[in-house]
Amino acid sequence: MTAPAHRVRRLEPAALAGVMSRDIVLFGRYWKATTFSSVVQPTIYLLAFGLGFGSLVSHVEHVRYVEYVGTGVVATAVLFSSAFPGMFNTFIRWKFQRTYDAMLAAPVDVEELITAEVLWISVRAGVYGVAPLIVAMAFGLSPSPGMLLVPFVGFVTGIGFASFGVLVAAIAKTIDNFNYVTSAVLTPLFLVAGTFFPITTLPQGVRYVAEANPLYHCVALVRDCSLGNLSAGDLSHAGVLILFAVLMWRIAVWQMEQKLID
Amino acid sequence: MPALRFGTATLLGAHGSCQSPRAASPGAAGSTSQTLSYTRAMAAAETHAISLRGVVKRFGPVTAVDGLDLEVPAGTCFGLLGPNGAGKSTTMRMLTGQARADAGEIRVLGHLLPGGSKQARIEMGVVPQLDNLDVELTTRQTLAVFARIYRVPGRERRDAVDRALQIANLTNRAETKVSELSGGMRRRLLIARGLIHAPRLVLLDEPTVGLDPQVRQELWGLIDRLRASGVTVLMSTHYIEEAERLADTVAVMSHGRIVALGKPEQVVRAEAGEQALEVYGPPDHLESVVRDAAEAGWRTRRSGPAVVIMRAELLDGKAPDGVRRPANLEDAFVMLTGEEIE
Repeated sequence: MTAPAHRVRRLEPAALAGVMSRDIVLFGRYWKATTFSSVVQPTIYLLAFGLGFGSLVSHVEHVRYVEYVGTGVVATAVLFSSAFPGMFNTFIRWKFQRTYDAMLAAPVDVEELITAEVLWISVRAGVYGVAPLIVAMAFGLSPSPGMLLVPFVGFVTGIGFASFGVLVAAIAKTIDNFNYVTSAVLTPLFLVAGTFFPITTLPQGVRYVAEANPLYHCVALVRDCSLGNLSAGDLSHAGVLILFAVLMWRIAVWQMEQKLID
Repeated sequence: MPALRFGTATLLGAHGSCQSPRAASPGAAGSTSQTLSYTRAMAAAETHAISLRGVVKRFGPVTAVDGLDLEVPAGTCFGLLGPNGAGKSTTMRMLTGQARADAGEIRVLGHLLPGGSKQARIEMGVVPQLDNLDVELTTRQTLAVFARIYRVPGRERRDAVDRALQIANLTNRAETKVSELSGGMRRRLLIARGLIHAPRLVLLDEPTVGLDPQVRQELWGLIDRLRASGVTVLMSTHYIEEAERLADTVAVMSHGRIVALGKPEQVVRAEAGEQALEVYGPPDHLESVVRDAAEAGWRTRRSGPAVVIMRAELLDGKAPDGVRRPANLEDAFVMLTGEEIE
């Protein structure tokens, strides 16, 4: 005989909102620091590469170099503002603060917990991903309506990399293990993505690797949106990003379920 | 502390009835036999807030819970006693769905786990053994976040937070950051967090571990009022006094099973008799007392500087000199588990 269950669903909005309400309250405390770094970082990139390197190279792929870098750095901002919180926040809240333990004893499932955390990080990544464009405008990038799509590209890319961060946190034994991931995975991803130079300049073998890099597709899509070059080919970039996001999200949820439920 | 007062009405009637919405209309089930069996199931669910049957939980080669049968009647305070490693915390984690049983059946508030776990968690409150508060939030923010998580409707959330602040006597600390609260306040906030949605079942895992005696007394008062208001309380503890003071029923757990169950005084009577004789003296005297007792077939245990001979009421005159006192739950606990308490 079954219990008189008014059956609760998976991924309930109420549970997601509950978990995210905590993130939002916390964000009220640290938004200044986040905003500061998300504006200063692309400014430094644009100064160093746009002005420094740009004096040697005026145009890349028919685009002024400062515009090339300004649009490319959006993906860098999205990567760092999603993968790092995915890794560190998850590990700290789970292992040190035991926040996840408190939430899982309440009516929140692992799937809801991880989804809410990833969603919140991705919304932030999407919003802060626009910062480099705004900075680049000060360096001469012209505004265009296609730029309104950039937060959405950042959001989808953010889901993938935030989930990747959660997955790393699920697998890592200690927080020091993150160094391996940062240097061996994230740094190459960010360099070989067509951010600072076109991947067409790479040897064929490395180029295949670069094309498998989700960040490359983020860079290409953001650039096409921002510079008014959207075409049917961008659907494949969007497709790769969506596939990466869904895949990483499911793997992250699955791995955290293994770790959080005995 | 006038703010600590709270009655049945506030606690149970707060967000409307917490009970299953279907409970009111059993007739909707269709045929009479269905209705009958359905009603019977409801009755069972109502009398037992928690029921475990043959529950087993293994961690690799270690069996933490080993065929556990346990029924917690609704509206009572149930104390789960046992030494460290007896399986109390694992049992608690299974009740919240954070650990899955390898075998057996678990029902919480009528919901069969693991499928009904989330519904059960909506209806119950949990106070963990380890402090897992968010140190960066304020007291009020902590409660507001959990009011949302516990599905307290938007328009009732503020009242729910205020009421929880009152229950825990933290109203004047509402805007204080958790990191700035004292140990006792943090523990009260943990309890308030578990009561934010006026649950009809509360799990307390070692509620007063590591607290000084004064704070402990304060929390006992709080738990006692909770019980008096009709909330079912399941409390795990290894403080004998805590169980003795608060629990209507105690179960002693050892090696993943229940080894004794009943009202505290029944367990004492059954396991330790009526009187205990405490013998004091130099070590060699105590050694000879233990030896003689073993020969006579009397059960003894060490208790600090003394040797305690159990069931002193049966010794009639042959006993060594010492102090007679009524047997207590601690005697019973040691007899059952073979383990001294700290």
